[in-house]
Amino acid sequence: MRLPCGIINKSYSQDTAIVRTNLQWLLLVLALITLFTFPYWASPHWISVMIGVWISIIGVMGLTLLTGYAGQLSLGHMAFVAIGAYTVAILMSDLNWPFWAALPCAGMISGCIGVIFGLPSLRIKGFYLVIATLAAQFIIVHIISRWDSLTGGVFGLSVPKVTLGGFEFKSDFSYYFLAMIFALIAILIAKNLSRSRIGRSWIAIRDNDIAAEIMGVDPFKYKLLAFFFGCFFAGIAGGLWAPYLRYLTPEQFTLMGSVWYLGYMVIGGMGSIMGPIAGVIFITILDEFTAEMVTDLATGSPVFAGFVQASRYIVFGLAIILFLIFEPRGIAHRWERIKNSYRLWPFSY
Amino acid sequence: MGENGIKLRAENINLSFGGVEALIDVSFELREHEILAIIGPNGAGKTSLLNCINGFYRPQKGRIMYEGYDLTKVSSHKIAKMGLSRTFQNIALYTGLSTLDNLMAARNIRMRYNVFAAILYFGWAHREEMKHRRVIEDIIEFLEMESIRKKPVGMLPYGQRKRVELGRALALEPKVLLLDEPMAGMNVEEKEDMARFILDTYELKKIPVIIIEHDMGLVMDIADRIVVLDFGRKIAEGTPDEILANHAVINAYLGGE
Ligand SMILES: Nc1ncnc2c1ncn2[C@@H]1O[C@H](COP(=O)(O)OP(=O)(O)O)[C@@H](O)[C@H]1O
Ligand SMILES: [Mg+2]
Repeated sequence: MRLPCGIINKSYSQDTAIVRTNLQWLLLVLALITLFTFPYWASPHWISVMIGVWISIIGVMGLTLLTGYAGQLSLGHMAFVAIGAYTVAILMSDLNWPFWAALPCAGMISGCIGVIFGLPSLRIKGFYLVIATLAAQFIIVHIISRWDSLTGGVFGLSVPKVTLGGFEFKSDFSYYFLAMIFALIAILIAKNLSRSRIGRSWIAIRDNDIAAEIMGVDPFKYKLLAFFFGCFFAGIAGGLWAPYLRYLTPEQFTLMGSVWYLGYMVIGGMGSIMGPIAGVIFITILDEFTAEMVTDLATGSPVFAGFVQASRYIVFGLAIILFLIFEPRGIAHRWERIKNSYRLWPFSY
Repeated sequence: MGENGIKLRAENINLSFGGVEALIDVSFELREHEILAIIGPNGAGKTSLLNCINGFYRPQKGRIMYEGYDLTKVSSHKIAKMGLSRTFQNIALYTGLSTLDNLMAARNIRMRYNVFAAILYFGWAHREEMKHRRVIEDIIEFLEMESIRKKPVGMLPYGQRKRVELGRALALEPKVLLLDEPMAGMNVEEKEDMARFILDTYELKKIPVIIIEHDMGLVMDIADRIVVLDFGRKIAEGTPDEILANHAVINAYLGGE
């Protein structure tokens, strides 16, 4: 990373710090103030949209560690979100566990099942692994929809509210903060993993698995760690969805959901922590405007609902295609380049 | 550590791919203090031999003894931990990482902090990272790579990528260094730099080196001993002078020159 003119690192520690200049500190503080005050000035609709954004960021962050960093492409991410959601729902409603104990459990169970489905990655890669993860998507959701006694099957399962002391997180206003805190923690954990020996080993496996192993990276350990964390994050995202949706059915966790996750990641940028954040925000805003515009155009028409749904998919697909053509490395990469050219201003090269 | 000055001993290595016999009954020793060159025409089996030492290829017959272990039964990443480090004929860097991080990635086996420390980062993980960063900076300085420290290696020119690969091999703190055509495709100046780095490393670290190289002038200059492979067989072994005087080698390999 290039520094603005005149900033000189005085130690390695300073050289690796995330926030390094006064301007960066200022921007960080402004961003945090905006995010923490958001529910006070935003409309109820946008508060609920932002709750979705926070939770999706957690899920996409997991996929980014697994696919973007470790290079293990997954088409079954939504199934692990489902495991997290159902774990929280079952523990809270059947066993009366508090949300705060159920949520970490959701992450762990989802992560461990992810490791099981990750085992084939030790023998197969690329296309064949994609098929294996696709199998995970169908097997897991199939089990959930058939295991009536535990999950309520196709009829679904209702989920209690989250409480803390005497307080109930029942409004969008309060749930916004809950989702945001967990998302910020997830971002921090992902960032730390990515800059540690673990993140470096993941990239080594992604970029050259043979050289990585010969140079001392244990592929068994690091691939399974990637599956664990990727699915752990998915489980936490699911665990946060459950009490927000208040009612779970297997149809909420479709293959299309997994594809949607991949889309967020591709558009944001696969190999960075900024990527998922940028991707989720970009697609969500695009999606919101599409829905609004189509609603204006098509109000009163009998095929209205189907039309809105179809237009969302079309715009989503189009966005992915355009990004793959014009900026295959995603928004985060483009942003990095813009930043670099400004940093050296007025010496522009 | 090895008995009577032998660091590594390959015994009767046989390796075949389907019908192709890549190595036939190859035996050789690497002494504690020497630069051993492996030469031979393309397809002679030189790279395959290194791949056997690294545990990437498994010979059908034979053993490779190192510090009391048979490397043909040890997994690749453990062989790296045992101190065998290597560069590749076709550059095999982690293209998404910077020069610095390519080298840091090789430090993985020397780092001790666990997953939980990595999640917290501050404290243990950070201290270890900084400690290893210091080691890496010494290597960067030694190989004169300061100006490309933060550049993604995918964007570097060929000669510099070869240099980063040597840096990554050194970052492992090897006890044996294996170099597969480290100077292939370089211009004269780059070759001289690389030869100097290899010789300096040998002097400084006092570790044995196996080098595969086609430039005979260079091999004669830097190697203490030479092993000659031809169609998977070892056809000669000896000091540069002995090899130059060997008729089998002249016929099979140096014939035209
Ligand atoms: N992975 C492989 N699969 C099939 N054949 C291989 C493989 N690796 C090497 N060979 C064959 O083994 C022989 C020796 O190759 P190699 O060790 O690369 O030679 P050198 O490095 O001396 O040029 C060649 O005939 C090559 O085609
Ligand atoms: Mg070769």
